[in-house]
Amino acid sequence: MSGAGGPGAERAPTVAIRSPLPGVFYRRPSPDFDPFVEVGSPVEPDTTGALFELMKQFFEVPAGTTGTIAAVAVADAEMVDAGQVLFTVRGS
Amino acid sequence: MGVSVLQPGLATTVQDVGRPGYYNVGIPPSGSLDQYSSLAANLLVGNAEDAAVLECTYMGPELRFGSPATVAVTGADLPPLLGGEPRPAWESFAVGAGEVLSFDYLRSGARAYVAVSGGFDVPAVLGSRSTYALGSLGGLEGRALVAGDELPIGDAGGAAPGRSVPEALRSTHPRHREIRVMMGLYDHRLTDGGRRTFAEATWRLTTLADRTGMRYRGATLEFRERVAPFGAGSDPSNIVDAPYPIGSIQVPGGVEPIVLHRDAVSGGGYVMVATVISADMDDVAQSAPNNTTRFVEVDLRPGRRARRRRAARLEALREALA
Repeated sequence: MSGAGGPGAERAPTVAIRSPLPGVFYRRPSPDFDPFVEVGSPVEPDTTGALFELMKQFFEVPAGTTGTIAAVAVADAEMVDAGQVLFTVRGS
Repeated sequence: MGVSVLQPGLATTVQDVGRPGYYNVGIPPSGSLDQYSSLAANLLVGNAEDAAVLECTYMGPELRFGSPATVAVTGADLPPLLGGEPRPAWESFAVGAGEVLSFDYLRSGARAYVAVSGGFDVPAVLGSRSTYALGSLGGLEGRALVAGDELPIGDAGGAAPGRSVPEALRSTHPRHREIRVMMGLYDHRLTDGGRRTFAEATWRLTTLADRTGMRYRGATLEFRERVAPFGAGSDPSNIVDAPYPIGSIQVPGGVEPIVLHRDAVSGGGYVMVATVISADMDDVAQSAPNNTTRFVEVDLRPGRRARRRRAARLEALREALA
């Protein structure tokens, strides 16, 4: 693994992290907490990127890859469709 | 030999044509919410029409087959994978002993149906294998599947793989739907403006959408002033308790209409402003959260015509897969 933001990081390809389900997308574990990730946050496959809610159940969305968050595509508490892009992660 | 549940999906239940006849004692009909797709799945694998299938909501399970079987997936566009390789939907295919059936993420619709030759052979309760989870009745131990479950497969019927539903008879799942309703029984409680709002609003399905009911958001309905009758709550949307038909649309507080589906509670104290015609209940079942719906008022005559048309479509499906 090369360091996040190291030389060449800008040119590394990005991977889209998609929602596996339709639901409400939450960027933080509860309203008083910081977001799970911000643009530039380093992530690993099992890093939680977001929570979402469906049928009164909450699910964690893992980043699924190693790299840094390049963009957050959805606003906090917004409804998303299955397959919609939530984040892009720049590979390392 | 049966099917082992490696991953259960989100809310996967055993369902069939349902358990009619007990709603008067509070037991709803249950059964596949999209009966058309459920029937198609059974016909594709050569099962009897009342064989039990799996209803997979928003997310598919991961299943390992203990013996060879013919399998079909219909309903929502939830692409099936066999050993990680794509398999067609609306077409039956062969699964070998030890093979694993899984699914890609949901592309459209909300509920996919999985039929296996022989059917899922859980015990029938009150004449049906359908799961009514709120009442812990039917299905596998009266609940949604969990990892580690073993589903028994029956030995009746079954056809060789390779049957296919003709393109024209496959359901499609647009992001916006028009759902036909008949107004009543309590639409007189709405003001003229409230009626107009109900008909003209674009209603978005929320994440509170399950087998009991689908809750929408999009506008606020205005009710007429009244003095609450004895037995009714004080909110303008309250009524003296009444039976709830399947498909009835209640609107607690004038916000968030709820369409009751096949696991509904049988009665309560909220106004029902309209009822979805029976021919459109399969479509209601295939709306996913964030999809939109407009409720279109129809009268009895077009409602019955729609029912005849649906019956003809079911007949066409039977002929195509005979």
